[in-house]
Amino acid sequence: MKMNATRDAYGQALIDLGAKNEKVIVMDADLAAATKTGGFRKAYPDRFYNAGIAEGNLMSVAGGMATMGYTVFASSFAMFAAGRAFEQIRNTIGYPALNVKIGATHGGISVGEDGASHQCNEDIALMRVIPGMTVINPADYQEAYAAVMAAAEFDGPVYLRFGRLVLPHLFDESYKFEIGKGVQLREGHDITIIATGLMVHEALEAADKLAAEGVNARVINMATIKPLDVDIVRKAARETGAIVTAEEHSVIGGLGSAVAEVLAESHPVPVLRVGVEDTFGESGPAKDLLKLYGLSAEKIFEKAGAALGMKLSLLHNPYP
Amino acid sequence: MTETRKQELARVANLVRQGVLEGVFNAKAGHPGGSLSAAEVMTYLYFEQMRVDPANPKCDSRDRFVLSKGHAAPVLYATLAQRGFFPPEELATLRKVGSRLQGHPSMKLCPGVDMSTGSLGQGISAAVGMALGAKHSKTDVMTYTLLGDGELQEGQVWEAAMFAAAKQLDNLVVIVDNNNLQIDGTVEEVNSPYPIGEKFAAFGFDVAEIDGHCYDALEAAFKGIAKNGRPTAIILKTVKGCGVSFMENNVNWHGAPPNAEQYETAMAQLKGAQA
Repeated sequence: MKMNATRDAYGQALIDLGAKNEKVIVMDADLAAATKTGGFRKAYPDRFYNAGIAEGNLMSVAGGMATMGYTVFASSFAMFAAGRAFEQIRNTIGYPALNVKIGATHGGISVGEDGASHQCNEDIALMRVIPGMTVINPADYQEAYAAVMAAAEFDGPVYLRFGRLVLPHLFDESYKFEIGKGVQLREGHDITIIATGLMVHEALEAADKLAAEGVNARVINMATIKPLDVDIVRKAARETGAIVTAEEHSVIGGLGSAVAEVLAESHPVPVLRVGVEDTFGESGPAKDLLKLYGLSAEKIFEKAGAALGMKLSLLHNPYP
Repeated sequence: MTETRKQELARVANLVRQGVLEGVFNAKAGHPGGSLSAAEVMTYLYFEQMRVDPANPKCDSRDRFVLSKGHAAPVLYATLAQRGFFPPEELATLRKVGSRLQGHPSMKLCPGVDMSTGSLGQGISAAVGMALGAKHSKTDVMTYTLLGDGELQEGQVWEAAMFAAAKQLDNLVVIVDNNNLQIDGTVEEVNSPYPIGEKFAAFGFDVAEIDGHCYDALEAAFKGIAKNGRPTAIILKTVKGCGVSFMENNVNWHGAPPNAEQYETAMAQLKGAQA
């Protein structure tokens, strides 16, 4: 089975973009080896700028450079891009709607051994709340590659979240990625699992477990968290009556919140969220941490059972 | 510079000051003190130094200006209006609902504004990005940015300064309006940025420290900008509230508008100086 991290796709996509678009500039903050922008630096050294360890400056410089007609990819770890430089992104990229793509790698708890200081479980919430910001969290190599290409074509600020952990390829080169569109990976009518990023893999495994119990779970891959594909969410609520969301992010403010917001206001059904509970992570191998913090097929399976219970009790006793 | 030209610039700067007061008086809010201290340098930039075309405010080859001390928006707007980017009558709409003249500059709304600013420390970085872009494109576009002296307390200013020197951005001019006052008192009382010139020199800038209200000094400093691989810092010794007697060197006018009586007095002083 082919295995890659989504950050590998980011690196390769930048190199390929560089070959066809001279206006693509890549910037980093002394993490080019880890963020995978190093490949671009090697291929196009004159179009790569290192800001050094100064992420706030990096983001504002990227904004200024974008006003000169460049498509600037500004890269760091999610913690220091969305976290440290939040306000620079908000005021010097988001507010003037500049054409900067924030390539944030090492998102989520799967950063692993570096521990809680580097495990950003808050970036999607932080970026989602900025008006006009597009937020994309791809599930595998192919989707990540396609998302970078789509972001380069898109005029305006985009936050791209990539992971450190290698994952199996879910999609092949025929996969069509569109910003703002969720993709149904599996049909089902009992319940819907809406997942993003590496949790899509867990969602598919959970759906298998549910099928073994006679439960038909729909699985939706929601790479774009903003703008959210509200149509596919409402359709899932209408047709399956129960939702479980799954993300490698805090349960506060990310995909689960986005889905719950939409459904509470338009088609209320039980929405149970799988994600990092309101807590900091710790050091350890990524795979162990994912299990320990409930980012697993087992947890999705468990929450799906609870969501189904809520759905049934609502059906039988809608006005308790 | 000829005496006639100096008089012309002084006349424009006086109108710019009147525009500042008109804006903040009608808005009943805004920052007159640090706008008035920058009237001469803004006039010099837009009437002597910068390549701009009010008829084509987005022209690629224009020089760029970033008001890093975004709260001095009234002086930027008044200067742009005098230069013909929009009618001076619009200055009275400052800070009102639906106005292009936001409390802090918005590049999406106001013609002639090259970067949205307001959060201190970020404008200089954006200006560095523009200068880097201009270098990358191999154009002769210059980028100017105006900072407050209190703004130098933002760490990002020094991240930007380090980067600008490292990338040899000799097409970047960082101007500091050193009026010595910030909201909570003098800059020394709050958190001293001094010595300012030495700091920029240590970061790799060519530095000029001048009287920011003197056209000969401004001309000498701006004509002295060298294409030598080093960015330039021009530190302006200025008087906060300059031109309105009761506002001068008084921190209370950092972010307060004049009442009707004060407005009349201030405008009378400026018109008297103009006559």
